[in-house]
Amino acid sequence: MNKPLRRIAIFCGLLVLALLARDNWLQYVQADTLAKHEKNRRVTIERYSQPRGDIIVDGKPITGSKATPGSDLKYKRTWKNGPMWAPITGYSSQRIGATQLESIDDGILTGNDDRLFFRRTLDMLTGEKKEGGNVVTTLNSAAQKAAYDGLKSKGKGAVAAIDPSTGAILALASTPSYDPGDFAGNTNEEAEKFLELDKDKENRPLVNRALRETYPPGSTFKVVTAAAALEHGLYDGIDEKTKSPLPWTMPNTTTPLKNEGNIPCKNATLREALRVSCNTVFGKIGSDLGKDKMLETAKEFGFNEQQFVPVRSNASHFPEEMDKPQTALSSIGQFETAATPLQMAMVASAIANDGTLMEPYMVSELQARNLDVIEKHSPKEMSEPLSKENAQKLQEMMETVVEEGTGTNAQIPGVTVGGKTGTAQHGVANSKNPYAWFISYAKTDSGSPVAVAVVVEDSDADRGDISGGGLAAPIAKSVMEAVIKSKK
Amino acid sequence: MSSTTHTSTIGAIGAPSRRNTELALLAFAVVIPLFAYMNVGLALTGELPTGMLGYGMGLGLLAGVGHIVVRKFAAYADPLLLPLATLLNGLGLVIIWRLDQSEKLQQRKNFVEAAPNQLMYSAIGVALFVGVLLLLKDHRVLQRYTYISMVGALVLLLLPLVPGLGMNVFGAKIWIRVGGFSIQPGEFAKIVIAIFFAGYLMVKRDALALASRRFMGLYLPRGRDLGPIIVVWAMSILILVFETDLGTSLLFFGMFVVMLYVATERTSWIVFGLLMSAVGAVSVASFEPHVQQRVDAWLNPFSDSVIQNNSDQIAQSLMAFGSGGVLGTGLGQGHSDLIGFAANSDFILATFGEEMGLAGVMAILLIYGLIVERGVRTALAARDPFGKLLAIGLSGAFAIQVFVVAGGVMGLIPLTGMTMPFLAYGGSSVIANWALVGILLRISDTARRPAPSPAPNPDAEMTQVVRP
Repeated sequence: MNKPLRRIAIFCGLLVLALLARDNWLQYVQADTLAKHEKNRRVTIERYSQPRGDIIVDGKPITGSKATPGSDLKYKRTWKNGPMWAPITGYSSQRIGATQLESIDDGILTGNDDRLFFRRTLDMLTGEKKEGGNVVTTLNSAAQKAAYDGLKSKGKGAVAAIDPSTGAILALASTPSYDPGDFAGNTNEEAEKFLELDKDKENRPLVNRALRETYPPGSTFKVVTAAAALEHGLYDGIDEKTKSPLPWTMPNTTTPLKNEGNIPCKNATLREALRVSCNTVFGKIGSDLGKDKMLETAKEFGFNEQQFVPVRSNASHFPEEMDKPQTALSSIGQFETAATPLQMAMVASAIANDGTLMEPYMVSELQARNLDVIEKHSPKEMSEPLSKENAQKLQEMMETVVEEGTGTNAQIPGVTVGGKTGTAQHGVANSKNPYAWFISYAKTDSGSPVAVAVVVEDSDADRGDISGGGLAAPIAKSVMEAVIKSKK
Repeated sequence: MSSTTHTSTIGAIGAPSRRNTELALLAFAVVIPLFAYMNVGLALTGELPTGMLGYGMGLGLLAGVGHIVVRKFAAYADPLLLPLATLLNGLGLVIIWRLDQSEKLQQRKNFVEAAPNQLMYSAIGVALFVGVLLLLKDHRVLQRYTYISMVGALVLLLLPLVPGLGMNVFGAKIWIRVGGFSIQPGEFAKIVIAIFFAGYLMVKRDALALASRRFMGLYLPRGRDLGPIIVVWAMSILILVFETDLGTSLLFFGMFVVMLYVATERTSWIVFGLLMSAVGAVSVASFEPHVQQRVDAWLNPFSDSVIQNNSDQIAQSLMAFGSGGVLGTGLGQGHSDLIGFAANSDFILATFGEEMGLAGVMAILLIYGLIVERGVRTALAARDPFGKLLAIGLSGAFAIQVFVVAGGVMGLIPLTGMTMPFLAYGGSSVIANWALVGILLRISDTARRPAPSPAPNPDAEMTQVVRP
């Protein structure tokens, strides 16, 4: 009987061999795929197994981590003043996932980033626990607070503030906001809280209006049109008469373009036209320049392109194909022209920075846990939409607006402020409350420390009251003040 | 091959008993799990586990008792089987204790601390092992109970179908509940049925082997000899259909074919066996939804429909293996508790996979391979056909069981719902497998004992002990 016994022995050996082969396949060949499989909860467990790195503003963390007992996901994210900072940090939820900075710099915050690989290996050898790094932002907490508080009292809106000389983002506020700490964990209540926020189509609290919402910019766009006029040499100076008739009928139509109220726009100078915000003058400039030249300047200011700060900002829009009357309307910020608050802050900052537009950014440094710098952002020039001379001319015009025009609410004693108001109509037949806009910059002896754009949407105030100067300018003013004060 | 030849002709003169080798190996088999236990404690809480002394003494005591009994009552038995079984049992205990500490499993309904129970079952198992060695002076005695065994096996297999006694656990009806304990009669039936097959085939082997017609190169058995084969086949199919237990049915049929082949030395039986099991499996799978589900879960473990309608156990098990990689996460540092139900029984190998890695699992598989090898060697060495058949039947069944379970949790074959011998949590499995090792030891003792076997001489043992 021994021959079949030996054969059976070989058969049993083959069974064991098959198991060994399969095990090698699983744990060697397929190991990585399985370990990182999308259904593998270990990835999530690992991710939340240690306190997450922090997001830093003004040297202090605006985030934190909290142990969550009874869950296999050990730590959840916390925020200090979540609603105020949500447009910068985004959320990081165990159940829902992460957005914005929390998502973009997730690798640094969790410590899984490849740039931390060497440190991680070292930690593994020395038995240290893996730790997440920090994300240091350019934000200014005083400016952010001024922006958020100002917006909250007015209802819905957004603020973007930039340091014109570097492109560093100083404030980025959006209301109504949400507290990302309300759904950072993995419980059903938290998931429901998120759904509730997500379902609120009326207020859309989860939308980061400063970066992701495009509004018709209205009259604030006139500074872009003015820049185009100066750059393309349509007029020699800002105090030269513009030879614009009143009323002005748009080319190829019989429709006259209307001004708001009875303002002195007939043959006004550029300075005067911007001061009182003449639709006729700037409509005619746009139509005279033509869509191509207008588009060229708009694009140099950053229109029609997404910005990554590094959070993605929606592309602002200046139409590429349009006829003459549409060009005229687009040039006064109507028709299909639409801009994010960040975009309009970029416009103001380029003018304040003597014509050079710096790339906007909000992360200045990525740090390892021991504060070693892993990556440092250096300011980059993005474009030069207008020459230094023309920029200074435009500054003069905008300063006139604040000194004696529609933007007097933004005056700050002892500081030169340039600005432009805007009131953009929207809704079917302009039925809805218009958007109140204000863009401005402040200038001190050492240059311009801040440029800001404010938009306030459908405020409950009367239609008549809604004007950029009345609603938005005071917010811009307090943001600028906060920045100047913190620089002292 | 020469060494095999050597062992198969053992019984010449003065084979060493190797009891001291066994003792030395046993020391390792106790110390290794103790270190593993310490390791888990340090990884989980940073402290030595409080049960250290208790478990160490418990395991040591079991090994010690086993060894003394073997030394006294089966002096020439195989020296590897007891240490290997002890090692597996010990490692199993450690992992079961480790899974007891998992918060995720503690939150499950019906959570009980499994490790103390398992230690108790191990003690009962070793008691049964001792009982076998004490009471079964010669394995040939079992030959007398051939037909009683058949009845016994049938009863054991049918018990789970008795209303009020059987339990349906996640679709498989292989448990019975007696006085608060759940028992898997199939594990015991495995041994009893091997005794029946061995006894039956020993008597019928000539008829089965010689009285056959040659047809197309195959020896076809006579119709009336086919009878018992058909009966066993039908029984496997019935188990599959009524108890929805793929594993047990596969195990019995496989064991029968192996023993039939060894008894008759006719390859045609293997062909028959494979044909019949293929026919049975395919036809049952085509109308039995439970089996279909298992196959589906095996083919697409990660598909959403499988995870929703069936379970994510296989996916979780595969991910546990994958996450372990080559060296594993280290004991106590994996997340195999994600498997949830049966993490410490059917799926216990996945925890080894994650925490001890490819290296650990290969070691475990080789230990199983070694146990089977020692069993086959015992069969080769046995001098009587009944002993040969019984030994190969038991070790073949052991090999098939390991293959079916490990293959199932590693996604090599469809999952069947059996337990890893010795490692997995479960009283029936541990107890039955200790009895199985006891029988193998008894056969190997008879086989290796110097022939012609002299009357037991107490002095002889003394001289053996001092030998190197």
